[in-house]
Formats: sequence, structure tokens, C-alpha cells
Amino acid sequence: MSPANSAWSNVMAIAKRELAGYFASPVAYVFIVIFLLLTGFFTFNVANFFEASEASLRGFFYWHPWLYLFLVPAIGMRLWSEERRQGTIELLLTLPVTPWQAILGKFLASWAFLAIALALTFPIWITVNYLGDPDNGAIIAGYVGSLLLAGAYLAITCMTSALTRNQVIAFILAVVVCFLMMMAGYSAVTDFIARWLSPGAVDTVASFSTITHFDPFSQKGLIELRDVVFFVSVMAFALFTTGVIIRAHRGG
Amino acid sequence: MRRQETSTGLHGHEPLELRPATGAHPTRIERSAGRREAGASAPAPQRNAHFGCRLVEGAGGHSKARLRYHYESEDMIKVENLRKTFGPKVAVNNISFNVERGEVLGFLGPNGAGKSTTMRMITGFYPPDAGTIRVGNHDVVEEPIQAKRLIGYLPENAPSYSDMTVRGFLGFAAEVRGLRGHAKRNAVNGVIEMCFLDAVVNQSVDTLSKGYKHRTCLAQSLLHDPEVLILDEPTDGLDPNQKFEVRSLIKRMSEKKAIVFSTHILEEVESVCTRAIIIDRGVIVANGTPEDLKARSNLAGAVTLSVQGANSQAITDKLASLPQVEQTQAISVKDGVIVVRAFPRASEASALALGVAELARAQGWRVNEMRVEEGRLDEVFRRITMPDTVKRAAAGVNA
Ligand SMILES: Nc1ncnc2c1ncn2[C@@H]1O[C@H](COP(=O)(O)OP(=O)(O)O)[C@@H](O)[C@H]1O
Ligand SMILES: [Mg+2]
Repeated sequence: MSPANSAWSNVMAIAKRELAGYFASPVAYVFIVIFLLLTGFFTFNVANFFEASEASLRGFFYWHPWLYLFLVPAIGMRLWSEERRQGTIELLLTLPVTPWQAILGKFLASWAFLAIALALTFPIWITVNYLGDPDNGAIIAGYVGSLLLAGAYLAITCMTSALTRNQVIAFILAVVVCFLMMMAGYSAVTDFIARWLSPGAVDTVASFSTITHFDPFSQKGLIELRDVVFFVSVMAFALFTTGVIIRAHRGG
Repeated sequence: MRRQETSTGLHGHEPLELRPATGAHPTRIERSAGRREAGASAPAPQRNAHFGCRLVEGAGGHSKARLRYHYESEDMIKVENLRKTFGPKVAVNNISFNVERGEVLGFLGPNGAGKSTTMRMITGFYPPDAGTIRVGNHDVVEEPIQAKRLIGYLPENAPSYSDMTVRGFLGFAAEVRGLRGHAKRNAVNGVIEMCFLDAVVNQSVDTLSKGYKHRTCLAQSLLHDPEVLILDEPTDGLDPNQKFEVRSLIKRMSEKKAIVFSTHILEEVESVCTRAIIIDRGVIVANGTPEDLKARSNLAGAVTLSVQGANSQAITDKLASLPQVEQTQAISVKDGVIVVRAFPRASEASALALGVAELARAQGWRVNEMRVEEGRLDEVFRRITMPDTVKRAAAGVNA
């Protein structure tokens, strides 16, 4: 087995274990049901899917940043804090795997889980196609953006989860960080910055906002490179920081 | 800050030889040359057939590679000047030792002595602050993955993924060890059998009793039939039968591996180890075979005598008059049986028993029992690792 090959098979072995761990407990099914109920509720009640009389999933995607704000940290909070609490981190990191393989494997497993939950919203897609004639390209862009957004929140949760052996603390920290990143794009915040700080800072702050980068996917149906780069960078940065935190803990 | 042995011990014997604070190497006890030769000229060890993994990393069965491997690297673990601090606390201070294939090294020391920290550094979990560790031919810091492939590790408290079944957990560990398909299944079945897990293979780990949980984690460490086995308190929390099984398992495996295990149970050291290291406050304070360590006991070489009679004073006086006797001690008088002990002068230790026997015959004592003491490990352990304050107090009382 070549080194690259065995590195990847380590990542997959770890991801497989983690994903199986989700489905071994009822929590996973409860999560999926809650996720579907909430997306349904937001889409049909809050976003007035039927009254909007347009065949698109804009209303559906519009609420994803808010839904994910709580649901993604709930899925990711245990990733490292549980390893630390149970002491299995010592087992994992003394097996012949690198910390990066472990971090990536765990992240990919949770991301795959979120992707499964997201994929299960397909009845909504079918519904709009049944009722009207939507731009399916825009809907695909929306799904891609939604998955990237979930990945970014998840990577941040990985990072907070590595900080503590307490899942609840990991959850709260992740929600706070994700919330701040979201708010940076809302007009209430940008107005405040424009008025009290410098107007020039608005763009800088807003460029760190998940909303700013999610809107083109969800509302305009566009997959723009800079938005993709943004989400991928957030994931890369947060996972890198996770590695630094884990290393620091081992150093004592 | 290192203490000095001020008193000459309880009975006026030679004080234990203590190591200087710098942790200079205690004398290595060399294994007999004969045994080494036998090991070298024996055919390359045949791995258990159903463990489908290699002896030499990447050497896939080239006999040349095997032989070279076998001749050159008898020292499987080499630890040099290892140091680790946690904030202001020095957990491990300049520790050095080697472990050869075929050796079972017992790691002793009071709680907090630094045993687990040392093991975590050897297994690559904690990076050392200073010093080097080589496992096989790999530096643990420079080539962690290669080193970790050679190691099987049972961490303290035997952690395992509680939401998995025993078989699932072992399967996961096997996959990360690079075993797939047949090799994986055989390895998992092999350790299930070795660690007596048949009854619980499909049970989820969090429903297991402590003994089974422990053995599940132990099984994980044996999957790849490792060259080096590091076991942190492998018998902790097991019942006496399970303890016995784990000890026999360690003994069975010891021939082809280098094994380090930590324990609080001294009888375990005597029954399993070929060598023992005592650590106290991060420093090695003794390193030798269990027999060597026992010989350092104050008790070693003393003769204990049970005599029928009532006047213990008369008997101890007579014993004390022997030229070989340094000191005597009346231990008990009960039901007309006196138990006394005579401690030898350092130079006369071997002649003591004969002297006592002749005296008893000459005096016409009715001897129930006479025993030459081997020395007791627990006594040595206590004396070496006793905190300074306790030691000083003890010295004061006995002065
Ligand atoms: N992760 C850690 N952070 C801080 N201190 C630690 C850590 N691990 C061990 N120690 C300290 O180092 C010392 C040695 O601990 P340890 O190696 O676990 O001892 P032992 O296994 O011999 O009982 C103890 O005083 C312990 O409190
Ligand atoms: Mg310990």
C-alpha cells in the first residue's frame, strides 16, 4: 500500500467508524426528523412557500443559516470532546494515524451525515417541480451552497469541540462563533459599523460573513468561485486550528 | 532536593544504594550471554499464522530482512534522558532505560510517579520536552507512524469507544492497523480468543463489566501481534482469575516481544517480570531483576527461627553472641512458641544459617521452623519510595 493510499484508507476507516457511531444511536434519527420538520416549517409557514407563488426554493434555503446555527453544532459537538472525555483520544492518536487523518476522517463523517439529512429534503424539490417550473440549476446551486455552509459551521464546531471535554461548552462556543460570523453580514450590523466605525470597514467585516457568501447560492442561484473559496477557507482554517489545539493538549 | 539515606535502615544494615538526582543510569543487569545467543541463532520467529501481518515492516517475508532485523536490533525500546514537565511540575525527570526483545519490564512506582507519562511518551501520545525514544529502529518523534506500527498499547483505564460493539471496535482498530478482509477477520478472531471475549463479541462496549472492557482494550493492543507491547496497569480492576489470565498471557507472549507494563501489585512483578524499574517522583530509583531488588531488602538473608519455649530473651542473647549475627529481633511469643529473627553481618550472610543451626543443636532448642528470608519487594519498594518526612520520622524512631 502506497503512503497516500494508506493515508486515505486511514481517513476512511476513521470516517466509517464515526458515521456508524451516528446511526448506532437514535439521536441521529431524531436529528434528521427535527431537521426535516424545521425545514418544512420554515419553508411553508415562515417563508410562505405557497403564497409566494413562485416556483423556487429560495424561501427554503433562506432559513438554512439559522437552522444550521443550532443543528450543526449539535451534530459536531461530540467529535473531539467525547474523545477527550472518554480518553479514547489516547487510543486514537497512538494508533498509526496522523492527527490530520483523524481530524479529516471525523469531519468528513459528520459532513456526510449532514449531507444525508440535507438530501432527505428532496420531497420539497419534487414538490416545486410538480407545482411549477423552477430553475433547477438554481436549486442545485442552493444545495451546494447549503452543504458548504454546513461544512463551515461544522469545521468551527470541530475546533470548539477540541477545546473542551464538555460537549455542552463545545456546543455553546460553536453557536456563538457561527452567530457572530452570520451577523457580520446583516444590515443591522453593517449599518452600525458604517455609522460608528468607518464605512470602509463594512466591506471587510461583511466579507467574513457567512450570509454574504451564502446569499449568491441561495437567493441568486449562482455558484461563484469567491464564495466557494470563502467556505473552503473557513473549513481549512478551522480544521487547521483544531490540529493546533489537539497538539497543544498533548503537549500538556 | 534528592533525599539522602541518613539512617542505616531498620536493623542497622547497609542502606539501599540510591541514585543521584541526575538520574544517572543504574547499572544495567545484563542478560546471560547464553540466552542472547540462543535468541540470535534461533530461526526467525514465526508469526502466528492467523495474524496476517508482517514481522518486518514492508519486508513482506524476505528472510534476509528478517534475519538482519533479528541480529541487529535486540534493543526494541531505547529511552534516553527523557523529560516531561506540566507547567511547573516535573512529571518525568531524565529517565533512561532499554528494553530488549524477550524482556518483560515491570514499571513500579507510587501514584503520580510518572509511569503513565513515560508510557505516553514512548507511544507517541505526549511529545517529550527533552530526550529521545527509539522503538525498533524508529525515533518516536521523527517517525511516529513507523514507530506506532510496532507498538501495541493499552492506555491507563483501558478506554474504548463505548457506542461500538466489541467486534466493531476491534474491527476498527484492525483497519487502522492496515488489516483488511481475511487478515482483519483472522486478527480480530485471534485476539477475541486470546482475551476470552467470545461471550461478548456482539455486545456494546458500554454494557460490559470492567473486566471485559479492560480485556477489550487489551485485545486491541494485540491485533497486529506487535513487537513492542506497552501496558499501563493491565491488571487494574480485574478479579483474581482475570488477573491470573492476563499475567499468563503476558508471560506467554514475552518470548518474542519487548513488553513494558506498569503495576502496583508487587507479586505480579515477581511472577511476570524479567526486570523491574522503580520510579519515584519522575526519577528511576532502582533498576534490576526482581531477585536483585529483593536482595536489597533489609530482610534478605535474615534467618527466622520458631522455637518451643517461653524465654525469648535467652534465645535472642544466644543468637546475638554468634559472630555472624549483626542484630536480633524478637518477633512474637505465643502458645509456647518463640519466633525470633537474626540479621547477618554483611560479610557473613552466607554462613548465618549454618551458624544458627549449629547453635540450635548445641543448645538443644526444639526448633519448629527455620527459614532464610529472601527479602520482600514491598519492603524495598516502601523504603525507596517513602516520602522524605515519613522516612526521617522512621529513622528517628529507630535510631
Ligand atoms: N496532562 C497532565 N497535565 C498536568 N499534569 C499531569 C498530566 N499528566 C500527568 N500529570 C502529572 O504528572 C505526574 C505523573 O503522573 P503519571 O505519569 O500519571 O503518574 P503514574 O502513572 O505513575 O501514577 C502527576 O503528578 C500528575 O499529576
Ligand atoms: Mg498511571
